[in-house]
Amino acid sequence: METAMLTETQIEELGQELDALRNRVVADLGERDAKYIRNVIKTQRGLEIVGRALLEFGWLPPAWLGGTAALSLSKILDNMEIGHNVMHGQYDWMRDPALDSKRFEWDTACPGDQWRHSHNYMHHTHTNVLGKDRDIGYGILRMSEDQPWRRRDLGNPLYALLLALFFQWGVALHDLEIDRIESGEITWADKRDILRATWHKGRRQVLKDYALFPLLAGPGAPFVLSGNLTANLIRNVWAFMIIFCGHFPEGTHEFSEEEVENETRGAWYLRQMLGSANLTGGRLFHILSGNLSHQIEHHLFPDIPAHRYGEIATEVRQVCSRYGLPYNTGPLHRQFGSVVRKIVRLALPGGAGRPTEPATDRDPAAPEPAPELMAA
Amino acid sequence: MFTKSAALADLLLGPHGVDRYLELIRPTLTVREARAVVVAKRHQTARSVTLALRPNAAWQGFRAGQFVPVGVEIDGVRHTRTFSPANAAGNRRELELTVTLRAEGRVSRYLREGIRPGDVLHLGRAQGEFVLPEPPPGRLILVSGGSGITPVLSMLRTVLAEGHDGEIAFLHYARTRADWLYRPELETLAGRHPNLRVRYLATREGDRHLCAEHLGEPAYAAVCGPPPLIEAVRQLIPDVLAETFTPPSVAGGSGEGAVHFTLSGRTAGAGDGSLLERAEAAGLQPKFGCRMGICHTCTCRKQAGAVRNLLTGEVSDAPDEDIQLCISVPAGDVALEL
Repeated sequence: METAMLTETQIEELGQELDALRNRVVADLGERDAKYIRNVIKTQRGLEIVGRALLEFGWLPPAWLGGTAALSLSKILDNMEIGHNVMHGQYDWMRDPALDSKRFEWDTACPGDQWRHSHNYMHHTHTNVLGKDRDIGYGILRMSEDQPWRRRDLGNPLYALLLALFFQWGVALHDLEIDRIESGEITWADKRDILRATWHKGRRQVLKDYALFPLLAGPGAPFVLSGNLTANLIRNVWAFMIIFCGHFPEGTHEFSEEEVENETRGAWYLRQMLGSANLTGGRLFHILSGNLSHQIEHHLFPDIPAHRYGEIATEVRQVCSRYGLPYNTGPLHRQFGSVVRKIVRLALPGGAGRPTEPATDRDPAAPEPAPELMAA
Repeated sequence: MFTKSAALADLLLGPHGVDRYLELIRPTLTVREARAVVVAKRHQTARSVTLALRPNAAWQGFRAGQFVPVGVEIDGVRHTRTFSPANAAGNRRELELTVTLRAEGRVSRYLREGIRPGDVLHLGRAQGEFVLPEPPPGRLILVSGGSGITPVLSMLRTVLAEGHDGEIAFLHYARTRADWLYRPELETLAGRHPNLRVRYLATREGDRHLCAEHLGEPAYAAVCGPPPLIEAVRQLIPDVLAETFTPPSVAGGSGEGAVHFTLSGRTAGAGDGSLLERAEAAGLQPKFGCRMGICHTCTCRKQAGAVRNLLTGEVSDAPDEDIQLCISVPAGDVALEL
């Protein structure tokens, strides 16, 4: 494959450099990483217990506020820094059954098994390939000018808002492939197992958050219910924002199925770099984003422990600059702002137009990337 | 009642389950996962370590002679090996392991040098058919070689604790006197039980290898040790109850070796390609995704043998480790749970 900027040899060299970086990190994994994830888990479980305990006294406003905040943080940590990352196999090397990617379950409606398929395989293998990566719009939103416009896309901003508010259910129903059912490509019967598993997991989650814990509080039940509802909502909106900032800010690239045919390992790496965008922020912000703020590093090395991404970011950035590749990064407000603009603009027919401000924080020494980097 | 409240607790503490919270208070507080804390450590010989463990309430116990998977964490990685306890079965709050250092044995070295009282080990379910019939035969011959002493000692301690009064011959073979394990304990037992005859032999220091004269009158016999010792007993007592240790397979570097798929009973002969491709060529359909080592969909339990990771070059040679089929090639014979 020849690109406008990199020769085939350069792409292979890029792949080898990144493989070498990966191997260096893998060889260094040990006690430190085990301690890190167990500390995060301890913090999350602590926040969960404190949050749920405080909410039992939710009729006291400070207890409600504190409980809801603690439970929100617990759910965010559980889903992002623990669940997402453990299920990627980032800690499989520890051989601890409690941290086994195949068996881990998280505190959200989506069954782990479905996530492992739709995310680890579909999204991470086919990242940003139109027609194959179902994360482009979740089968609901129009997120690329290359997706043909339909009248229903007028509702793009509304659908995005609903998806953000009910994100755990959006994720849970991701594998249902509702758009393919709608188009008649597949039937509801094809998805019976998916529905059953989602029903089983979702029911337990609903029962726990909206029936059992509220009932434990007796007359205080409404306060527990509202606290749990708020915590789930906060987690939903936060996860939506972080995840949509991973691949949709201005400057990220999409690919066609033809472009990625017979793709080499080096070209796969290149696609991950071009299709992902980072977020800047402090240490706590990175942890609460599940280190998905280092989306580029995550997409290059989805199965190395996420707290390592920050440590290798400088090196990845240097590689990008050496090969003249963009390294798309910026603060949350700017990246998310550009995602929102895209969602709104694509509600109408036509392309994405020009960004109103540069969303890509590019190395000034690096040459401007060609618009079609992967053009054959 | 217990199961109902446990189900409710699991729903409230779901999806992680009650143990994931209890272990944060104390690692051995788990109700489903068996764990044990190290209470004492001593060295009987230069090459061995004897650990006294206190299992938690989740531990289901063992039958004398069985082995137990023991998990220990070294530099963040859980390593699991099987050991036969040496103590009498029956008391679930006690477990005694005697581990002999193996050359290149990472786990045995750690248990001997690294572990400290207070550390926690993970226990699997006791397994194995090397157990005496119930009730135990009146006359018994218990034979062991080297570190094979532990399961037969457990048998001896168990039957004596149960008041066994038939004649028991206990024979132990080691290379040198310095390698003899549990000699003082056995002498104490012999002093207390006139029906017990104990004999320790050092085969490299002039003592004879096993012979008919050592065994005495034929009786029900159990032997644990290296294959030649078992063979020697079998020559004299054909239906002896026997157990040996399977030596770890040696890791070669190439993709050669037969691949056994244990669930389906199929085998792939020597050939090329990743384990995923070879499983498919053998007519199996393991789950897979990216086929490039990133999605972990094809992760599979390797029960025995050695495999090499094509991305990192790392060799996995311990039994019961999870490997990624799409980026692994065999390094010698391999048994996969497929």
